[in-house]
Formats: sequence, C-alpha cells, structure tokens
Amino acid sequence: MHSIGMWQKLRTAYTTVYQWLDERLGLGEMYTNLLDRPEPLGNWWNTLGSASLFLFILQAATGIFLTVYYTPSPDHAYDSINYIMTGVAFGWLVRGIHHWGATLMVLVVFIHMLRVFVTASYKYPRELTWLVGVGLLLLTLGMGFTGYLLPWNQKAYWATTVATQIAGSMPFVGDFILKALRGGPDLSALTLQRFFAAHIWILPAVLIALIGIHLYLIIKHGESHFPTKED
Amino acid sequence: MSGSNHLSRRDFMKVTTGVIGGIITVVIGAPVIDYLVDPALRAGAKEAWIPIGKLDSIPIDKPTPFAFTRTQVNGWERTGTSFGGFIIRRSADPKDILILSSRCTHLGCSVNWHADANEFICPCHDAKFSKEGKVLDGPPPKPLNQYTDFKVDGDGNLLIFFKEG
Ligand code: HEM
Ligand code: FES
Repeated sequence: MHSIGMWQKLRTAYTTVYQWLDERLGLGEMYTNLLDRPEPLGNWWNTLGSASLFLFILQAATGIFLTVYYTPSPDHAYDSINYIMTGVAFGWLVRGIHHWGATLMVLVVFIHMLRVFVTASYKYPRELTWLVGVGLLLLTLGMGFTGYLLPWNQKAYWATTVATQIAGSMPFVGDFILKALRGGPDLSALTLQRFFAAHIWILPAVLIALIGIHLYLIIKHGESHFPTKED
Repeated sequence: MSGSNHLSRRDFMKVTTGVIGGIITVVIGAPVIDYLVDPALRAGAKEAWIPIGKLDSIPIDKPTPFAFTRTQVNGWERTGTSFGGFIIRRSADPKDILILSSRCTHLGCSVNWHADANEFICPCHDAKFSKEGKVLDGPPPKPLNQYTDFKVDGDGNLLIFFKEG
C-alpha cells in the first residue's frame, strides 16, 4: 500500500517537471518532428542513414575514450597504443570498436549513398541533401585517412607516405599539397600532430555541422517516396 | 488490436528500441568505466628491500649520505625518482642506527648536513634540523622522516625497507 502511494507521488512529480520543461522547450513537438515524423513505406535500405549516424556517434564516443591514453608524438604514439591494447582494462575493446567501426562506417555511408542514387532520391528538392552527403562521404574518408596514421607503426607510416605522395603527384599544386599535408617535405612529428588535430578536432567539427544540415533537410523535406513503375 | 491489452506495433517498437539501446549502453558503458579508472586501481603499493651501503664502511656518529633511484612505469612511460637520506650510526651496535630521509618536510627540497653547525640545513627556506632530525628552526611542520625498517644481511649490507606512496 505504502509503495503504491510513493509510486503515484513520483509520477505526479515527474509529470509536473516534464510539463514545466515541455512548455518552455517544446519537448513533445520535438519528439514528433524528430522521431514520430511520417515516413513513406520504405524498407531496410532506408535505415542506412540512421546507421551511419549511429556509427558516427559510436566513433565519437570511443574516439574520445581513446584520447585518454593515446599520445600523438612519434616517441610515444606506438607505446601508448600498445598500452591501450595490453595494459588497460578493456582497452582492446574500446580500440577494437573504433578500429572496426571506422571501416564499417565507410562501408555503411557508401551503401547509403548507393541507395539514395538507386532510388533517385537526390532529385528536386533534395539536391542539397545529396551535395551535403557528398561532403559527408569525403569527410568520412578523411577521418579514415587521418586516423590510419595515428598508431605510428610501419604500416601506418608507409601508407601515409604513399598516400601523401599520390596527393603530391597532382600537377602544379602537388608539391604544395604534399608539404601542407606532411607539415614539411617528409613525414615527421609535425605530420603526426596535424593528422591528430584533423582527426579529433577539425574533421569532426565539420562533420557534425554537415550532419546537422543533412538531418535538417531530411526533416524539412520528409523522406522521398520510392519510385513507382510510372516514374 | 486497439482497445485490447496487447501491445500495439508502435509501442512494441518503442520498447524494443529502448531495451536494445539500453543493452548496448550497458554493454559498452560498463567496460568503459573500468577502462577509465584502471590505472588508478593498479597503482598498488610497491615495496622492496634496498641496499644502501656496507655497514663496515659507515663511520660511527657521522651522518653519511646515501641515495637510490626507483623507476616507475606509468602507462607507456618510465620515470626515475631519486630518494636520499642519511645514515647515522649512534654506536657500534648494528641495531643502533638512525636512518633519516633527506626530503624536507616543508616542501620537499633536499636537506644537507653541515658538520660545522652540527645541523641539517634546507637550502630552500633555511630550515634547520638537529642531527636526530628534529626541527630547530624554520617552517617545516614535523621532523625529518625516518626509515625505521632496516636490516643487515649476511654480507654486511645495510638494507632499508622501501614502500612507495
Ligand atoms: C556521415 C554520413 C551520413 C549520415 C550520418 C547520413 C544520415 C542520413 C539520414 C539519417 C538520412 C535519413 C534517411 C535514410 O536513412 O535513408 C539520410 C538521407 C539522405 N542522405 Fe545521408 N547520411 C550520410 C551520408 C550521405 C551521403 C554520402 C550521401 C550522398 C552523397 C547522402 C545523401 C542523402 C540523401 C539525398 C538523403 C535523402 C534520402 C531520401 O529523402 O529518401 N547521405 N542521410
Ligand atoms: S622546503 Fe625545506 S624549508 Fe621549505
């Protein structure tokens, strides 16, 4: 008996607080717009954008946790990763998720783009959604590119040497781009540090902004209907 | 369906999403907490017997300095920390030994023995300690620390028991 009374009091308290917040923040409205918006009859292919978003959040969370131990300096990067893998409880799990999540995210984002292409959802009025999407794909690839160097092991070192070399083979501007990417003519501490800055600050900041625009446009236009036979 | 006691498809989806989301959060969240606090839990007290000199070569009634270095592995880095002190043999009795730490109890500078003044003097804020480590003058709140656990092994080495932290 007593516990039922408690329960009801809690419920009223919750309702009061919720209503107070709802009046000011429009929580109910937000919920309807974000999560209860009408969707055309779709299929599992329509979930890939949300899957990309989920993977991005997962990468952001695990990435932040990795920075608790990772050190972006040539004499400590490799050792600090070694420490994460063998010295810290569940370090292998946090790094494992981030490592495999990166590959999976590229894959999922790419298939998401393919489905938008196949269903011709990039047409009016969604051209900008598509354009922003192209930016998202490039940024996702950029995250993979900059993140790959961070362990500072042989594989990472040479992969980055080769990739920046390729960027450097562009006519006219190649040499400048190579030096800008590496922070000098060769791979060095400066390269590692600027890849780190790009990987944890610059690219994610732009990525978050573009995801925001992408989602705003999706909510504004609603999702496209699947093309019918007549289309 | 509506009006019956059964869960609607919508509510079923909501509950399922909530439950799966909750499981993912816990499965990833719990290990992450361990991941974050792990180094703090590992910093257990490390202890060792450390040789600081041959008893025979230590003069009686004269503070004799000693020093040793301990290496700590902090994650991916090793740090060497130096420790030092003075051995004061009050008499020929191998048990009658006072071993003081040279770390000033004020803010941690190393004190020096000044034979002429018969005092330990700290260079930082001019504190003075007696030969027995008592504060004679200056800001230190308590006497010099002592290594009370010591022994002489079969080869005549004087060892002190050292505990980190
Ligand atoms: C970080 C990467 C990305 C995230 C987080 C993301 C997120 C989303 C989400 C949540 C949706 C809702 C519908 C759905 O899931 O299919 C969506 C739709 C859409 N996305 Fe993406 N997306 C990303 C990358 C891309 C890329 C690379 C493109 C194309 C170049 C693109 C183009 C579009 C278009 C045109 C729509 C509207 C589809 C429709 O209305 O049917 N997105 N996106
Ligand atoms: S540190 Fe020795 S007197 Fe202040």
